[in-house]
Amino acid sequence: MPRTTTQIALRIAAVVGVALFLYFLPQARTDLLNYDFAFVGIYFIAIVGLNVVSGYSGQISIGHGAFMCFGAYTTAVLSVNYGVGKYWTLPVAGLLTGAFGLLFGLPALRLTGVYLALATFGLAISIPLVAKRFEGLTGGGQGRQLSLLSSPIGGVSTNEWISYFVWAVAGVMFLGAWLLLRSSFGRALRAVRDAPIAAVSSGLNLARYKTLAFGIAAAYAGVAGGLLAIATSFINPDAFPISLSILLLTGAVIGGLGALEGMLFGAFFVQFGPKWAESISKHIHYNEATVQSTVLYGLLLLAVLFLMPEGAAGLLHRARFVLKESRRWLYSRNDSRATA
Amino acid sequence: MTEFVQYVVVGLANGGVYATLALALVLIHRATGIVNFAQGEMGMFATFIAWSLINHHGLPYWVAFFVTLLIAFLGGAGIHQAVIRPLERGSALTVVMATIALLIVLNGLAGWIWAPDAKFMQSPFPLKVLHVGGVVMNVQDLGVIGVSLLCVAVVFLFFRFTRLGLQMRAAAVGPATSRLLGIRVPLMLSLGWGLAAMLSAVSGMMAAPFVQLDPNFMLLILTYSFAAAVLGGIDSPVGSVVGAFLIGVGISVLSGYARDFLGGELQLPVALAVLLGVLVLRPAGLFGRVVVRRV
Amino acid sequence: MALLTLDNVEARYGPIKALHGVSLVVEEGQAVSLLGANGAGKTTTLRAVSGTVRKTGEIAFGGKRISGCGPETIARLGIAHVPEGRGIYAELTVWENVVLGGSTRRGGRTVKQDAERALQYFPRIAGRRSQQAGTLSGGEQQMLALARALVARPRLLMLDEPSLGLAPTAVQEFYRVVRALNQEEGLTVLVVEQNARIALVSTQHAYVLEVGRVALSGASDQLSRHEGVRASYLGY
Repeated sequence: MPRTTTQIALRIAAVVGVALFLYFLPQARTDLLNYDFAFVGIYFIAIVGLNVVSGYSGQISIGHGAFMCFGAYTTAVLSVNYGVGKYWTLPVAGLLTGAFGLLFGLPALRLTGVYLALATFGLAISIPLVAKRFEGLTGGGQGRQLSLLSSPIGGVSTNEWISYFVWAVAGVMFLGAWLLLRSSFGRALRAVRDAPIAAVSSGLNLARYKTLAFGIAAAYAGVAGGLLAIATSFINPDAFPISLSILLLTGAVIGGLGALEGMLFGAFFVQFGPKWAESISKHIHYNEATVQSTVLYGLLLLAVLFLMPEGAAGLLHRARFVLKESRRWLYSRNDSRATA
Repeated sequence: MTEFVQYVVVGLANGGVYATLALALVLIHRATGIVNFAQGEMGMFATFIAWSLINHHGLPYWVAFFVTLLIAFLGGAGIHQAVIRPLERGSALTVVMATIALLIVLNGLAGWIWAPDAKFMQSPFPLKVLHVGGVVMNVQDLGVIGVSLLCVAVVFLFFRFTRLGLQMRAAAVGPATSRLLGIRVPLMLSLGWGLAAMLSAVSGMMAAPFVQLDPNFMLLILTYSFAAAVLGGIDSPVGSVVGAFLIGVGISVLSGYARDFLGGELQLPVALAVLLGVLVLRPAGLFGRVVVRRV
Repeated sequence: MALLTLDNVEARYGPIKALHGVSLVVEEGQAVSLLGANGAGKTTTLRAVSGTVRKTGEIAFGGKRISGCGPETIARLGIAHVPEGRGIYAELTVWENVVLGGSTRRGGRTVKQDAERALQYFPRIAGRRSQQAGTLSGGEQQMLALARALVARPRLLMLDEPSLGLAPTAVQEFYRVVRALNQEEGLTVLVVEQNARIALVSTQHAYVLEVGRVALSGASDQLSRHEGVRASYLGY
């Protein structure tokens, strides 16, 4: 927690720096990268939500893709079937998915650990299948085609606009999560994670907090899903395979669960990790690049787990610690020299 | 009635496939305290090895079967030593993530080595039907039921009646005490991982002839096996086997009678919804014990 | 001849030092008690010997240096450590618990014979071999733990606070067996106790630990007349 004014100033500077970076990056790079960049923002939102449930209330969810799927279909159905304006579908997607998350959470959260992981895993496999089945509403396996988004500002390409829009939403959502986790609610969640029994003894309603965390996480994923539908302007059940859920969880873990600042790194990893793996494997053997890249991605994940078990945020934390310690060591050496 | 019996036989065959994999999941959960998400892919990989031994190296089916089991055992024990053991000191989440990474690696590796297109895995049992009192039974189904039950029985006898089996159980439930008694705990856990890999190999080799052999064919089976293990109580070997047969038969009967509504898609969601309902009523599964935690 | 020697052994749990250089000797065939208040380092001393805590200093067993060995190896050399809290496998049966004591040995049949023999010391649990060990009472679990340790055919038996939480009659019964094992079968015993009275009458030699160091040592009957020991540990 920032204490001194210099620390607060540093934080503000960092935020401004990131904002400037986000502003200039789309202009400096190709249009295609803008598109990628929008995806980083989408994953970022989903991972921030996942972090609330896995990092702060300590429950493993391997079904976050299911909530993204739910949100994406909410946006698509509202926009295609009922002609609701696309931007307006986003809050609805968030609320509906959040409500769905709460409903799912009510029974599921009586389960702990393994059981919850499996329930969410099952959810991730089930939701796309359900979407496939109810063709009238969702278009079944054919999916839903949304109209293309156009940029309201002249001179800004569609992809650029999508990127800006996604990141604006991501900023708001991040701020929301940050404020939420600093509040008494966040403290309660941490208590639930670290000392569930003591938390209950001191009067916290465990199930309520866990369920709420689940609902919030689902709402975040719902918004991310809605944005995904808008950004790609086409969704079908195959867009939400189990691997999406796994990717999101890897992103959250690699970012460092329980620390919001690592999530940005996690989102980049989700979007660019597989691509990066693929581009490397293309150098090895072009024709088998996809399967090779899968192997490479898995190995990369393993390497991350071995090298930084607390994720990127943990690494940052440790680096800061080492820096501080070495500085103290230097000072103490100077002191001892002075006294000698 | 004959229709019903037929559904049950098919369900039991599926249940056998789930039972072997669910038992593997339970073994790992008891020994390592985590769910091994790569368990299905270990079986998938082993099945590809068996396929390759039969079709590229000309081995007879049953020779290939046992060679594959040996390879699976070594692979499972090796994975424990190389990947899981170094991470065991970390949080459970780290180990779970490692198994997910293994899932990704094995899936990609199978596609890389054997190409991702679907293959045909032969069954060791003849494609014949038996007529028993008006009920038509597929010999392949009966074969799968027999092999699965045999494997499950062998595993139970091994744990119940051999010194090594007893030591493996001891190492899983009380690692600290076991070390004081001179039991080599890491070795025992590795043996457990090897045994679990063998069980998943059996599951894969039994399942593959009914579906297409491709790198993703175990994913659905893994989901049902998870469900079975959870239904029975994730720490109860007997429960997982019973749960597997219940799920196999339940789904077979359900989809037999409600085919129009369920289609191909709703089978799994409905099964999981039912499972969730059961878990709400019995959070530790049918055979599990609720562990009382103290403050 | 010295069976076990500790020379200037230090051990720590993270930043907290538990042993500040403990040295002691256990002779072959001797029964030795290790007394001291809470936190004096009694349990840590046993754990240092059995290899379950990090330490510096030299520990030798039967003339062999064991300071660098892991607990499995040390158990295989013939040290049976019955830990505080007994370390019973609650889910396994009484019989399975006892048989597991012979994990270090080859030959299943002789292990089973020894298991039978070990159970004969404790008629109270001998007849309940197929019962789950977790359902036994505290005293019965302590007996089970001792029976299990015997199946390893140890050269040194280490007991950590066996009287803890036991009814007085159970304590008497337990130590009667310990004395019999030591005096009739020549088993070397190192026992950690807070109950100094029973420990001193059951052993020939005793060490008193205070804040991680040996404060006092001597023959048990002499120590029981020692004024400080009487005041602090015997209470009269």
